[in-house]
Amino acid sequence: MTIDELRQIAETERAAQKKYSYRVNVCIAAGCLSSGSDLVRDALKKEVAECGMQSEVLVKGVGCMGLCSEGPLVAVESAEGVLYAAVTPEQAPEIIRGIDTGSNGLRHLEVEMPFFRRQKKIVLENSGAIDPERIEDYIAHDGYTALLTAITEMRPEEVVQQVIRSGLRGRGGAGYPTGLKWSTVAKTGEQQKYVICNADEGDPGAFMDRAVLESDPHRVLEGMAIAAYAVGATHGYIYVRAEYPLAVKHLKGAIRQAERMGLLGNAIAGTRFSFHVDIRLGAGAFVCGEETALIASIEGKRGTPRPRPPYPAEAGLWDCPTLINNVETFANVAPIIRNGPAWFAAIGTEKSKGTKVFALAGRVNNTGLIEVPMGIPLRDIIYEIGGGVPEGRRFKAVQTGGPSGGCIPEQHLDSPVDYESLARVGSIMGSGGMIVMDETSCMVDVAKYFMEFCMSESCGKCVPCRAGTRQMHELLRKITGGNAGAADMALLEELCDLVKNTSLCGLGQTAPNPVVSTLHYFREEYRQHLEGDGCAAGVCKCAAKPAGKAVTA
Amino acid sequence: MQTYLDQPRLPSDDKRWKMVEATARRHGREPHALIETLHTVQETFGYLDESALRFVAGLLRVPLSRVYGAATFYHFFTLKPKGKHTCVVCTGTACYIKGAPALLTAIEERYGVRPGETTPDGELSVLTARCLGSCGLAPAVVLDSAVLGKIGPEAVLDRVGKGISQ
Repeated sequence: MTIDELRQIAETERAAQKKYSYRVNVCIAAGCLSSGSDLVRDALKKEVAECGMQSEVLVKGVGCMGLCSEGPLVAVESAEGVLYAAVTPEQAPEIIRGIDTGSNGLRHLEVEMPFFRRQKKIVLENSGAIDPERIEDYIAHDGYTALLTAITEMRPEEVVQQVIRSGLRGRGGAGYPTGLKWSTVAKTGEQQKYVICNADEGDPGAFMDRAVLESDPHRVLEGMAIAAYAVGATHGYIYVRAEYPLAVKHLKGAIRQAERMGLLGNAIAGTRFSFHVDIRLGAGAFVCGEETALIASIEGKRGTPRPRPPYPAEAGLWDCPTLINNVETFANVAPIIRNGPAWFAAIGTEKSKGTKVFALAGRVNNTGLIEVPMGIPLRDIIYEIGGGVPEGRRFKAVQTGGPSGGCIPEQHLDSPVDYESLARVGSIMGSGGMIVMDETSCMVDVAKYFMEFCMSESCGKCVPCRAGTRQMHELLRKITGGNAGAADMALLEELCDLVKNTSLCGLGQTAPNPVVSTLHYFREEYRQHLEGDGCAAGVCKCAAKPAGKAVTA
Repeated sequence: MQTYLDQPRLPSDDKRWKMVEATARRHGREPHALIETLHTVQETFGYLDESALRFVAGLLRVPLSRVYGAATFYHFFTLKPKGKHTCVVCTGTACYIKGAPALLTAIEERYGVRPGETTPDGELSVLTARCLGSCGLAPAVVLDSAVLGKIGPEAVLDRVGKGISQ
């Protein structure tokens, strides 16, 4: 496969799609699929066949369009363009028969609504536009040109330089500069090296990586292949959760197609560069998101972390230098090579470049998957893109970073979304879960929820995390049950400090974060539970005690 | 050297063991194929019983303790058979704050089973998922393979009841 052949395929595919006057895209990613969008697609196809409009109307299944709460979504691409919401199979005749006029009285969404207008799509640019099961559709959207350009026209060092200059940082949460990681692996000399894609997305309330893998699997493969070329690796693994069957299916299909076209495998594009990708299924251990635990799991062992250094960049999989990046990080690579690092670096803030994908959920009107430029204020995400808190209730906090993150209260809503600003207000960027909470959520209960998560996900290797999370959970249970005193609070705070500073890996080190941030911003709620004022949100089972009988410390 | 004698005998003449063997062979029967092989066992048999763990240990030539260690470490693997029907309640953050705990309480009160347990008659297993990724449908429940979104305690009991009686 040469770059000219690739362009030829793209041309043919574009011409084939242009022949249709109307392209009907049905979201078949997990969110809409769980509302039966596959049946909607089949009904639309059947209707097109019955009306004899096969030459005019193309019905295709596409990836996530973002606004999951309104699914199943159906977009009609034509001169006007219509986006239908909550479509049922029974509505197929109305959509197809009224396709030329667009007038059928069905509920549709404003394409220019702030939910769509305020976003900036790089990682998700193909999501909802291409058929994830067809490599030709990806190629028609400039797919694999970055890979072929890199391996035929650039030296590996130049590729690393481009990534460094783009300012891309790891999207798994910690924000380590991607280019720096690549150059460390590249410098380890000539030996067996590996590239690993971390798709073990474990944060509860986060589904960004799944959406990317389901909607645009080739984008991730292309990013991995470019990375492999840059660092000198020949073999890659994608470690993906077994709980994501659709993502696994799309990935497997994508690898097969790319191999058949000679875009993966031996001697890609007639060069000396070879790259093979294998899938490894995770088995439901949150700690395997930690890189050394993930490597242990690929080696067939229990997923327990080990102390670093040595970092995987020096001694990773089978003790070979290994580059590990997150799904979203790899998905950013091809556009950077294609459009140049300066283009990427122009988006975002001084220290956080590009965009970030978030899974926006919880007590917010528009839930779904969004991609925003770095630096956008949290308030704009929640009130403009998210459409605010439903049922006229009061916003209380937004949680980012999952069990490793914190709750950000109203007074910090104007903070820009970037790695440093979120850390400053006591949370983290995290992998991209963003849960909005209103006055019906009790912050002590939320802290307990995350602690329960960390407790049961602790791998048990180091004592501070194994025993500390259990003790903290017990204390939080006592507090929410209305049975705690001042000594328990003091112990809780002491444990936060201890577990944070002495745990072996990121899971334990960040486990106290939800407690620390809620203690900082919502200490009053803790006080209410302690002093017998009850749970204001009405979540916890501690009834307010009659005055005079309050537990005094 | 690998000989025929190295190959452990299949636990029974059930054809599914051949699939387990094939997975191990695809990875050269190397110890690192352990998790992949356990995945195949669980996919074909639904759970990992003692004979399966022993077979996999022999197949990959790793100590049984290591097989047992991996099988119990990873939440995805289960050592007990599931009930005829499964009800998975999502307890991701979005579902949690939108009322997943109330769903679990309702199910426990009606059927007497907590997450991870199966009713004594083997009809219903109740499980929790960390996050189904259907946060737009919170709170979400997967009953057998149907996703039920934005569901309340009464509706979930109703659907589970109907599912079992079918």
